[in-house]
Amino acid sequence: MYRYDEFDARFVAERVEQFRGQVARRLTGELTEDQFKPLRLMNGLYLQLHAYMLRVAVPYGTLSPKQLRMLAHVARKYDKGYGHFTTRQNIQFNWPRLVDVPDILADLATVEMHAIQTSGNCIRNVTADHFAGAAADEIEDPRPIAEIIRQWSSLHPEFSFLPRKFKIAVSGAAHDRAALKFHDMAVEIVRNGAGETGYRVYVGGGMGRTPYVGYVVSDFVAKPDILSFLEAVMRVYNEQGRRDNLFKARIKILANALGADEMRRQVAVEFEEIRTSGTLTVPAEELARIDAYFAPPEFEDLPDDPADGADGMPRDIPGVDPDFLATNVHPHRAKGYCIVTISLKPIGGVPGDATAEQMDALADLMDEHGMAEIRVSHEQNLVLPHVRRKDLPAIHARLTELGLATPNAGLITDIIACPGLDYCDLANARSIPIAQKIAERFADLDRQHHIGELKIKISGCINACGHHHAGHIGILGVDKKGVEFYQLQLGGSGAEDASIGEILGPGFGKDEIADAVERVVEAYLTLRQGPDERFLDTYRRVGIVPFKNVAYGQDLHAAY
Amino acid sequence: MPLIRGGQFVDDPFFFVPDGKAYPDEKGAIVTLARFQGEKETLFARGLPVGVRLASSENPQVLKADLPRIAAVVLEFPRFRDGRPFSWARMLRTRFAFKGEIRATGDFLYDQLASMARTGFDAFEVRQDFALDDFRRALAEMTNVYQPSADGRRTIRDLRAG
Repeated sequence: MYRYDEFDARFVAERVEQFRGQVARRLTGELTEDQFKPLRLMNGLYLQLHAYMLRVAVPYGTLSPKQLRMLAHVARKYDKGYGHFTTRQNIQFNWPRLVDVPDILADLATVEMHAIQTSGNCIRNVTADHFAGAAADEIEDPRPIAEIIRQWSSLHPEFSFLPRKFKIAVSGAAHDRAALKFHDMAVEIVRNGAGETGYRVYVGGGMGRTPYVGYVVSDFVAKPDILSFLEAVMRVYNEQGRRDNLFKARIKILANALGADEMRRQVAVEFEEIRTSGTLTVPAEELARIDAYFAPPEFEDLPDDPADGADGMPRDIPGVDPDFLATNVHPHRAKGYCIVTISLKPIGGVPGDATAEQMDALADLMDEHGMAEIRVSHEQNLVLPHVRRKDLPAIHARLTELGLATPNAGLITDIIACPGLDYCDLANARSIPIAQKIAERFADLDRQHHIGELKIKISGCINACGHHHAGHIGILGVDKKGVEFYQLQLGGSGAEDASIGEILGPGFGKDEIADAVERVVEAYLTLRQGPDERFLDTYRRVGIVPFKNVAYGQDLHAAY
Repeated sequence: MPLIRGGQFVDDPFFFVPDGKAYPDEKGAIVTLARFQGEKETLFARGLPVGVRLASSENPQVLKADLPRIAAVVLEFPRFRDGRPFSWARMLRTRFAFKGEIRATGDFLYDQLASMARTGFDAFEVRQDFALDDFRRALAEMTNVYQPSADGRRTIRDLRAG
């Protein structure tokens, strides 16, 4: 893991004091709320429906046991005993008091954590593949470049008052687990024809009111030039991104208006100039220095499990729930190791929530088994990246005691949901109760396995924090004359085959939406050509019509 | 409006002359881009310093050829949320090697001063009650920086390298 040196530590400590001053000026009235707003947002502090909400950065989703314990401490001391992991690998605390926030940040700084740029119209906390450094299909660990981007973007003097927020994701694997093409900008580690690794850069993806799949703005940027390239994109955006309309201010709108060719041309002009100045070049020594922090643990020479399936995964380990093995345990690059997903989606729970006790207990479990890191996934789960298979029975048993062994990763009850109208003042409708209702409807595990991979994603408003556009089944909460309605979208994907879901038709009432989802799923089970054809594949083969025909049921059909 | 330049309050050597108004007798004139483009030669012929005021939507690229003769570029912040002037200042300094004054006017915050100084601003039109101590404090809140900008400061990476 990355460790702060004296410079990083001082930077974060001074940033805490700077924010303490801003809070003091707000409390005395020297700053108006209008002036304070962008300042507090730059430090992850929102004003929600009922209280302030503090969003703490988990850079590229990586946490140490010590950091996890600190999050538990913050939850316990300053909040109501729990935290909420988000689709951007961050954690949110929903009930801090404004006067306490500088102290919370000071506590976090003691474990090298902060809330810098988790909100506001700036370059946000950088996200990465949650299997980074462990995945079997990875070219290179994306976290070193994510850390380099984090440092470069921290309090960037030119790009802290952008037209709108700017999200960057990084991945180094063939399978896209970081939703690259739905980010303002994304960096994919690739290998060129000469066998060198470098970066493919995407721009202009996004969800929200006007969803777009990002396009490639450069096929290959050499490693030393990456910051120059990113700065070139930022400058084109800062200068030309729309500032007259909040809803058209993201780079996706500019990227679409300019078109790929013109965007590439303009970025190339800026890039050439910045690159030749040399000031942003990342020297090989610097890359190597950062790389060293992310060196994988010394993997033991372990035997491979003879019961392995074709995908290299164990199918049968005595003492471990086979359902858990089938969904929550994933291939690792090292023999005898695996990756474990800890589902934060217990049936009837709040997606992404973890209690202080769970966080503390997980930190203990990590220490017991010599695991230095845990990851936050954008699917609002936690991930143990380096697990010895022989430890699985003990780990699984402990996770079960903690209520953290729900064997549903990637299944229909592994639902992404934003906080929605229960917390958020932007929301039009509640998300959490809908997620709970659907999860309860499909609680039966045999049925979930029968259905197979199916990603449901729920947003309580058009801003799409719940990624509904990228859901195999997406659900968008809308407000119609004070009543919550839910639109269904089908066929979205946040993976390497990125696509935006298609709206099925008129929305469903809050008591109808679970029925509608169930009818769509039942239709899929009838239509699919075999158990290996996922919902998304069937949808892409047959289109929306067969689902539309059944989703509304007989009663609703008459009404519409 | 009080003017801070070079870290001190100074007398403003310029008047901002709104479009249509006459030039002052003995002081340099700051004019809008439109007026500058229309009356460029008249302005330079006065033999007094010339400043050009750009709205945040006006790219200083248009001044490129005239920059050697321009004493000050005034960049306007219509709202503090409009971050374009940061890029304009940076471009003036690093791309066009502009050595004259880059002045900030309009709606900007104490909390933006450090970034403004980094991107190349060296003059600030501040409100009447603004204290010089606050200006100095704003620039000193963060000791080190992670990225290069127009100020040429050594970055944290440079410092690490010793």
